[in-house]
Amino acid sequence: MLKVQNISLSVQVDGAWVQAVRDVSFTLQQGRVLALVGESGCGKSLTAQALLRLGEHQGVRRDHGDVLLRGESIFAFDRERLRRMRGGQVAMVFQEPMTALNPVFTIESQMVDVIRNHLPLGKREARARALKLLADVELDEPEQLLGRYPGELSGGMRQRVLIAMALSADAEVLVADEPTTALDVSVQKKILALLRSLQRSRNLALLLVTHDFGVVAEMADEVAVMYAGEIVEQAEVHALFDHPAHPYTQALMACRPDRAARGEALPMIGGQVPSPGSWPKGCHFADRCPRADAACRAQAVALSEGEHRVRCIHPLEGS
Amino acid sequence: MTAVIEARELRKVFGRRSGWLGMGAEPGKEAVAGVSLAVHAGETVAIVGESGCGKSTTARMIMRLLTPDSGRVLWQGEDVTDHSARALRPLRRLVQMVFQDPFASLNPRMTIENSVAEGLRVHQPELNREQRRARTAEMLTQCGLDPAVMGRYPHQFSGGQRQRIGIARALIVQPKALVLDEPVSALDVSVQAQILNLLCDLQRQYQLGYLLISHDLSVVSHIADRILVMYQGKIVEQGETAEIFADPRHDYTRTLLAAKPVLHPDDREA
Repeated sequence: MLKVQNISLSVQVDGAWVQAVRDVSFTLQQGRVLALVGESGCGKSLTAQALLRLGEHQGVRRDHGDVLLRGESIFAFDRERLRRMRGGQVAMVFQEPMTALNPVFTIESQMVDVIRNHLPLGKREARARALKLLADVELDEPEQLLGRYPGELSGGMRQRVLIAMALSADAEVLVADEPTTALDVSVQKKILALLRSLQRSRNLALLLVTHDFGVVAEMADEVAVMYAGEIVEQAEVHALFDHPAHPYTQALMACRPDRAARGEALPMIGGQVPSPGSWPKGCHFADRCPRADAACRAQAVALSEGEHRVRCIHPLEGS
Repeated sequence: MTAVIEARELRKVFGRRSGWLGMGAEPGKEAVAGVSLAVHAGETVAIVGESGCGKSTTARMIMRLLTPDSGRVLWQGEDVTDHSARALRPLRRLVQMVFQDPFASLNPRMTIENSVAEGLRVHQPELNREQRRARTAEMLTQCGLDPAVMGRYPHQFSGGQRQRIGIARALIVQPKALVLDEPVSALDVSVQAQILNLLCDLQRQYQLGYLLISHDLSVVSHIADRILVMYQGKIVEQGETAEIFADPRHDYTRTLLAAKPVLHPDDREA
């Protein structure tokens, strides 16, 4: 469906280009959920945005690599083709439902705009479609809702509206960047359930960007763990939770507070994530890793092949 | 034993309008509707609930940043509800606050040294510059920061480091209690673990009482001794942490616990 091939991205820091994503590859398949998980600054959002060629006017440069949509390079698309792709085939849902909607227009005018941007519909037909979409995302009284402004809706309702808008032209690929992070816990779970049911009923390829292993456990079929610009481990979700192979994955999963007994010290990862531009020459995690030796620091480590991939010279047992 | 923080029947109404000669009067929304709680030395009491439940308003009234409409606030047994700002000043040392966003709570134009030492100028004016500097260095070290960074500004630090600075700043005046308002919710998981461990160590060392405001049940289950569940301005359930998690009584508590993300893909509902 959508193939990311060895993509590397740089961002501008104080006038200089600094690599922030290195050699990332994955495939999104219809009906499957891939979670891209990592901590802030690991490059997961930049990678996600590259799937829609967002960011290229905001100081993000593609160094090499490609994104193929049904075999076609999206970087070869002209403006019109790109416009049709965004929202038409590949759609995105963002973290902050507050800022993604325009506060001075009604839900109706924003939804109708988006729908007519992609589909050859009259105003009335577009409105009917908007109603149908709002019902699909399980919002009550869609008729009244259309006349309201974003500020009159709760965070959860706004996120539902945005999901409805993302799906308004029947996109086949949905990229959701931390879609529930800004929401209350009880709302989070409902939005995740909605995303999952839509993903199934519409057979969507879903890329879910998150920092939260709880969200991964709820949603993913496959997981790619990113650290300092690279995918360090990629596996089917059960395999990853049962047998994390990369020391970083294991450490990150172990330091979640609900894993430890109350009051007991949580396992920690010493030090800090190296920022783009100061990545070590060898394994990016080596300076924080208890298993690291000279070989890890000597040269870049490749991602292994197969079902369960890991970028590590000394992976953990059982993988 | 005297509680380090006590609140009795706190109430706060927002947006009440009296109208002109009572015309068009609106009752307003009761944000906090009779909340009582006590935090003792060395224990952690958590208020959990979702946005708008009144937990932060409660915290702000306890800090005396907001005046309650009725009810009492006591610090270390002393009723401070009606204290003037001037009368409060020397007592503020007792209860300090750590905020969610450490960046917003630090003055961007002040060096870390000045930010952290600020409380000392107020509460221990007898200290000279050298003594203040020594205390600041000591506190930063305890919070896991290299005192060599004292001359830097907040933007030069990561989120986790800034939260360490926020904690050092609160602790330098030797408080009896800390009000922690979502102290780790802006941080990455690995950094969150570091800060939670730091808070636990400091609590043990200084017998601090913690009032933790949080919506994150995994954080709460890890560090709280007791939990108060707040919903629509009221405490709807309270008890020992283990008890609440094992046997929630109130419907809202059950909803909240059910919303906790699963730990493993095998635990998914469908």
